[in-house]
Formats: sequence, C-alpha cells, structure tokens
Amino acid sequence: MTARKKDDVTGVETTGHTWDGIEELNNPLPRWWLWTFYATIGWGIVYTILFPAWPLVNSATAGMLGWSTRDQVARHIAAVEEANAGVEAQLVAADLGAIREDDALYSYAVNAGAAVFRTNCSQCHGSGAAGAVGYPNLLDDAWLWGGTLDDIAHTVRHGVRNEDDPDARWSQMPAFGEMLDPDEIALLVAHVQGLASGGDPLAGAGGALFEANCASCHGEDGRGMREMGAPNLTDAIWLYGGDEAALTETITNARFGVMPAWGARLNEAEVRAVATYVHQLGGGEEPSAE
Amino acid sequence: MMTDSSLYAARVPIFPRRVSGRFRTLKWAIMIVTLGIYYVTPWIRWDRGPALPDQAVLVDLANRRFYFFWIEIWSHEFYFVAGLLIMAGLGLFLFTSALGRVWCGYACPQTVWTDLFLVVERWIEGDRNARLRLHEAPWSARKLRLRASKWAAWLLISVATGGAWVFYFTDAPTLLRDLLTVSAHPAAYTTIAILTATTFVFGGFMREQVCIYMCPWPRIQGAMMEEDTLTVAYRDWRGEPRGKGLRRRQAEEAQAAITRAAGPQIGGRAPAIPMPGLSGARSGAARQDGPGDCIDCNACVNVCPMGIDIRDGQQLACITCALCIDACDEVMAKIGKPRGLIGYLALSDAPREAAGGRPRGAWAHVFRPRNVLYFSLWAAIGMALVFALFIRPEIEMTVAPVRNPTFVTLSDGTIRNTYDIRLRNKHGEPRAFRLSLTSGSVLAIALEGTEDLVTEIPANAQKLQRVYVSARPGGPAAARAETALRFWAEDLASGDRAHKDSVFNGRED
Repeated sequence: MTARKKDDVTGVETTGHTWDGIEELNNPLPRWWLWTFYATIGWGIVYTILFPAWPLVNSATAGMLGWSTRDQVARHIAAVEEANAGVEAQLVAADLGAIREDDALYSYAVNAGAAVFRTNCSQCHGSGAAGAVGYPNLLDDAWLWGGTLDDIAHTVRHGVRNEDDPDARWSQMPAFGEMLDPDEIALLVAHVQGLASGGDPLAGAGGALFEANCASCHGEDGRGMREMGAPNLTDAIWLYGGDEAALTETITNARFGVMPAWGARLNEAEVRAVATYVHQLGGGEEPSAE
Repeated sequence: MMTDSSLYAARVPIFPRRVSGRFRTLKWAIMIVTLGIYYVTPWIRWDRGPALPDQAVLVDLANRRFYFFWIEIWSHEFYFVAGLLIMAGLGLFLFTSALGRVWCGYACPQTVWTDLFLVVERWIEGDRNARLRLHEAPWSARKLRLRASKWAAWLLISVATGGAWVFYFTDAPTLLRDLLTVSAHPAAYTTIAILTATTFVFGGFMREQVCIYMCPWPRIQGAMMEEDTLTVAYRDWRGEPRGKGLRRRQAEEAQAAITRAAGPQIGGRAPAIPMPGLSGARSGAARQDGPGDCIDCNACVNVCPMGIDIRDGQQLACITCALCIDACDEVMAKIGKPRGLIGYLALSDAPREAAGGRPRGAWAHVFRPRNVLYFSLWAAIGMALVFALFIRPEIEMTVAPVRNPTFVTLSDGTIRNTYDIRLRNKHGEPRAFRLSLTSGSVLAIALEGTEDLVTEIPANAQKLQRVYVSARPGGPAAARAETALRFWAEDLASGDRAHKDSVFNGRED
C-alpha cells in the first residue's frame, strides 16, 4: 500500500484495490480477529500432529497421542463390560427361578437375553421368535422338551440332536416308510389329523396302527412325551405342518431337527439371560405345573 | 481518524464516564432484577414428593426432565420448550419493532455483565479521567495493584457467573458441597471454567467488540427497525450548529452531509447510517441563525459504553443503552435549556418536530399494525401453550401391537395377539394401573408377569407392560382378519381413566 488515497464521497481511505474503476474502501477489521484466525491455524496444526490426520498411501499418520476410533470403541466396550460385570455375576449366582424376584436383575436378563437371541437364535427361530417350519415357535405354550426356565436353559446349553454335546436332547423317530406300506401310512395320516379335533387315539383301524407304532413315544392319549421330545399330536400346533402331504412325509421319512449346543459358545450369564428372555415371551411354564 | 492504511485496526479502549439519571436508575433496577433472578433461581425449593427433586427450576439432562415449579416437562413434551423459544423470538421482534434495540441496551447479558464489570472498574480505578490517566501511565506498583485487584474482582464475578449456571442442571446444595470438597463431576468444573473464561474476557476486555463484531443481532435488529420505531436519537435541528467551534463546524457542514449520506459502516467512529427523517431536518437546521443547543461538551460521547457519538445519527454500534440521554439532560439542566436534545424519538417524527410541530404520542408509534400482529402471534402461542399445559392427559398410555408375528396359535387353537403398552407415572409416588379392554367380540386380556390385571409403575417413571389378548378357537375374532378393540387404563389411586384403540388380528382362514 504505497499511496494513501481518500474516497471523495465518503471521506474513507481506500485500500488501493480497483476493479473496473470501482475502488474498495478500507474499513479495517479488528486486529484481534486476525489473531483469532492465526490461532485457529495454529490449533489446526497442533491437532493434526496430536491426532490421526494426514493421509498416507496405505494408512494415515497415527498422531502423537496414539488415539484411534478403534481403541475408543474397544474402551467403550470394555467400560460397558466392566459396568455390567456386577450384574452378570449376580445373574450367574442367582437361582434361575429367583431372577424374576429382583426387578433390576430381571430387566437386565430380559434385555441382555433379547440381544443374545437376536444375534444367535433369530436365524432359525425368527427375530420375533415365531419360528418357521421345522423350527419351533417360542411364543406359544407348546414345548417339545419342556418350557420351564431350567428346561429352556438346558436346551440352550446342550442343544438338540447334535453330536457335539453328550447331554444334548436326543431322540429319533423311525422312518415308518420302511415298516409300513403306503396304505397304512395314509390311514395313519388321516387318523392323526383327526386327533386334533378330539378323535380317540386308539379307535378304529387307524387307532390300532397308532397303538402299535406311535403310542410308545407319543402316548396312548396322543399327547406326546417330553422325555422323548415327542410332540403332542392332539393340539393345534404342527412343527412341520399338519396337512396330508407334510404328515405323510413326516411318517414315511421321519424328521431330525437339530439345534447346536450353545453352552460352548455363550457364557453362563448369556445362557441364563436368553433362557429368561425366551421364558417370558408368552409360553413359559412354571416348575409346579409339570 | 484512520491515519494508517492498515487493513486491521487495534481496539481503541473506551473509558465510559459515570452518569446518573432516569435511564441509569432504570438500568440499575434491571441489572439487580436480572442478576437476582439468575443467581437466586436455582436455590428456590419446591416440594414434589420423595421420589422427585425439590428444586423449583431444574434441567435434569440425565433423566430427560425439565422441572419448573409446578410444571414438569418430559422429553416427549419438548414442544413446550420449542414454543417458549418461538415466543422469545417473537417477543424480540415486537420489542425491536416498537422500541429499537432495547434488548441490547437494557437486558442482554453482555450489556448487564459489562455494566457490572464497569462498576467494579470504577470502584477500583476511579472514573473516566482517572482511568484514562492510569491507562497512559507507565507500569508502576500502584498501577499493578489497581489492575490486579480489578482483575481479581472480575474473576470472582466470573466464577460466580459460571458457577451459578451449573446449579440449574443438578441439585444446587449438593453440587455446591461437592464443588467445595472437590468431588463434583468433571463436567461441572469444565463448564464453570469455560463460562468463567468467557465472562471474564467478554465483560472485561471484549465488551463493545462482542456487540459490533461477534453478535448477529445488530444486523437482524437493524432490519426489524423502521421510521416509526422509537429509538435513541439526537435532535440535530435543535442542537446544530454546535456552540463550540461554530465556524469550523459550518465549514465542515457540507462535507458532513455527504459523509452521512455515504451509507452504513462498521465500527464506532465511522459515519452514520443516513436517516431520511433527519436529512430533511438538517435543511431546517441550516436556516437557524446563531448557535444551537449543543455546546459540544462531549458528555454524550464520554458516557457511551460503545465509544460512539450519537450525534452522528443511528449507527450499527449503538446499543441504545440511553446513557447519553442522561448525560445530555444533565448538561441541558445546567445551561438552562430544555431536556431532550438527545432522547427517544421516532425518525418519522423528526421533520414534524424540526418544523416546530409536536411529535405524535409514544403509543401512536407503538400501536402499529406490525406490532399488533407480533403481539397477537406472541399472545396466541402463549395461550396455546397454557391451554396445552392444562389439557395434558393425566395418564399417558401408548399401545404398540406386536407385529412379528401378528398372532400366535396356542396348543388349544386359541389365537393370541401381543401388545406393548407403555404407561407413564408422572407422580412422586408409585402408582398402580388396572388394564382392561372393550371390544365387540369376545376377547380375553392377560398381563405378562402378573396374575391379575394390575401393573405397578414406580414413581416418576414409565413402564413397558406386555399384554396378551386371546380369542377362543373358532370364535369370530379368531377367524376374522381384524377386530377393533379399545384398551383402558385406570389409575387406582385417582380413578382417572384413559383409553387407546387398537386392532386384534385373527387367522383369516
């Protein structure tokens, strides 16, 4: 800025900058604005030295503080786990039936159980626990292997018909296609379909076949047997479908539903939490009801 | 004035002189009231029952509650706060349109705290001339002592300011004890530290710079003022030509007229925004023989906390604190001239006054359609909020049908639907609610986790209660796709009832 020039109209000094004959008045900014601007630049430089910032070919500068978002996530997870350690220990120590008595513990168990369920169980049993063909609905009141807290926890821990866990729930329905001829199977299908609407399990020709082949597991009353995981045939629930084709397939070739032993993958607190969650979905049974 | 051609200007220190008068008294009163409200409010107690805090005004961020005396606002009722903010905005519009920058001049925290800091500064360092001398004097033991005690006093006020703020967010007596025993949450100390720093810097050192360069309001408020707005102005037709240096003034008159027409400029000492009302008046002033009432004593300039000359006309830096009115009135009284050379004035009245007429009454300026509209909107929202407050339901219930799956078939063929019913208990003690349903079809209701139909909700909490509704096999509700039903909740303590409608899903086969 060599020549100081005053604008004639305003009497204000100009900066000397001219665009197409238009001159810029010099209304100076406060000096501290400039210093603030410099300070932000200084701050920015220090920031990029302390924290990860400058991109390199395969990564970025790590920053002198060694801070990273992954570390932060790990710290947060560790903090949550530490915060939950007390209630988890309480969950493991408590009698399963007594969890319900403690509001805070029960609330934790149900919510933690819901998370475990979504991660590990929903693939087969559905995110709403309504099940699918071959995968039991956990909302209803029918339980193949029992619906008390202890029963559910045992099933979760050891699974069903898997080779990994000697304590797994185990049974196997024979494939009657090798023992009965198709006419007999058709007769049996019609007979079993009648049971749900109150038919006598042992009546008629179908009843004779039923008594000879089925009653040993499903009971002479057709109401099933939990020790064998044999379903109740007189209720309205069909795991593999109750129509003629599905029942013919079931009797001819049998079914072999498998569930993994989750005791190996979930810790004790998670098993108890998910058992508590499943138990309160609407079909849980009380031990005295057994 | 701008002798160097730098693009940046250092702050020119301002040493406002002490003044007394009507507006100064009013400002003292406003300062006492506003600071009193700010510091005292967190300490007012209000009994809400054992489970709820007993602080009258409390923003409980952790639990998402806002307590204001008998009113308790939950996070889902935040529209009350939004409504209050809208009212605050409209109120600002109303006051700006009617009375100019009264917010800036009287009630803005920046103005109030700067005023407070100036009082302290005057007590310790003396009035304007003493402070000027001290400013120019070289560093000495005395200067160091005065400066140190001034800064210490400011710091004390700043700590108290930042400290009072945090009391609004948690129980004040508990927090004070924790603060003093150094066991309070770090967030409290951080907040206090930040607010202490901003108060100290803004009130002690930045002052008018905050208003001129940092605050967006002067720009917005400038757009809300018009000719009928009452604002602080200099009656130049009465004052000009100024008594002192008359001849020089007359010589500069032509140049000054041009300067005034040049347009707005930022900064205290720049020429003023042109005023259509006053430019007409000026030609009247030119007819006046002899000196005007203004004796150019600079009293108005010396008292100004913004360091401007009101005689330059309306300008961005003027916060209309009205202290120049007091200063000028004092001088006018001494020289035996009528008061009001500087006073509240609507620019639309200037030509009338300059021609010797009487200005219209203040109410004529205030009751303009625009102001009436602002007030109507402000009052309508206020009444709507009060109305909304009174019709707030005593029982708050929401019903969310579980749709994954829509229904469950039980072993006996019963069709069951599940609903998540959320109930809020806003009272300071636990309450029991009885749930029931009404429907055109036969439906049975059951609650998860309890044998009867009563659910207990802890004090000041909400609860999610799972509810099962069943239709017997073969019945109409089980077979129909949808059946309407209505849930009822009865507060067993008060007998209040609330209901919510929902739908039952059947098999549809």
